[in-house]
Amino acid sequence: MHSNHILPTRIYYTIFGILMFCTYLTVQIAVFDLGALNTIAALAIAVFKATLVILFFMHVKYSTPLTWAVVLGSVFWFGIMIALTMSDYLTRAWQTFG
Amino acid sequence: MLPEAVHPHHHPALAHHFDDLGQQQEAATLGMWVFLVTEVLFFGGLFLVYSVYRIWYHDAFVAASHELDITLGTINTAVLITSSLTMALAVHAAQLGQRRLLMIFLVATMILGTVFLGIKAVEYYDKFVHHHIPGRTFAFEPRAQARHAQIFFSLYFAMTGLHALHMIIGLGIMSVMLWLSWRGAISAEYYIPIEISGLYWHFVDIVWIFLFPLLYLIGRHA
Repeated sequence: MHSNHILPTRIYYTIFGILMFCTYLTVQIAVFDLGALNTIAALAIAVFKATLVILFFMHVKYSTPLTWAVVLGSVFWFGIMIALTMSDYLTRAWQTFG
Repeated sequence: MLPEAVHPHHHPALAHHFDDLGQQQEAATLGMWVFLVTEVLFFGGLFLVYSVYRIWYHDAFVAASHELDITLGTINTAVLITSSLTMALAVHAAQLGQRRLLMIFLVATMILGTVFLGIKAVEYYDKFVHHHIPGRTFAFEPRAQARHAQIFFSLYFAMTGLHALHMIIGLGIMSVMLWLSWRGAISAEYYIPIEISGLYWHFVDIVWIFLFPLLYLIGRHA
């Protein structure tokens, strides 16, 4: 099980091009008032860029299932932290019902 | 008995508790990722605090984020993405045992990292000039939003400062990698140090990929 995948440099240049285009895109979108969509679009583009970096620059696409589990685990635990904290802070205004 | 007698032809960098360099590399990669998980949660805490305050003090945070220089932020994003490319190409050169190319790309990565820190320093200087450093001399217009804007700038300096500290550590790591490459310690069979240093560098890039839109971009139009 030697994970010695050598990718052609063409892949790195392609990913670089996509990352640069996404940076241009996210700056252009920020100028328009789209309401809540501004934040959603900015975060969606950031998640997409981060995913490309993780999969190709960091070679996770070609890594062992154990590495995949650790990477997804970080996202999962971060998700728990966000979800549980926000379930408190975002619902405090609700306490005066009834 | 000498180790050479037990394993007559093994690579000098192979640690004895591993069967081969492939297994050693998988263990090193996994270990680095476990460290990066702790880093995700470390920075994650700050992103979480920022999100909560941003929702609570939305208007002040939007006003304060307008004080950031979007042009310098965009240039720095491009600089950091380019440094990730040169880092990936450095790992690629290491995999092929191209020592000269490896060193060129490591130096390129370090130069781009230094440019990033330089631009960041220019931005910090501008904040000093405009009294946007949290503390007794903090000033912000409109004054009604000053208290909450100060929270924005506290988080701005905490997050970008911690990121810059990671960049400085990254430059130190790259210096060691350059020295290892110079000595000829890196080869096509053994390039683990370059690979996991690259993981660190790319991670720091990812942190900035999130910092840039959250601090500079969202709420920009208003």
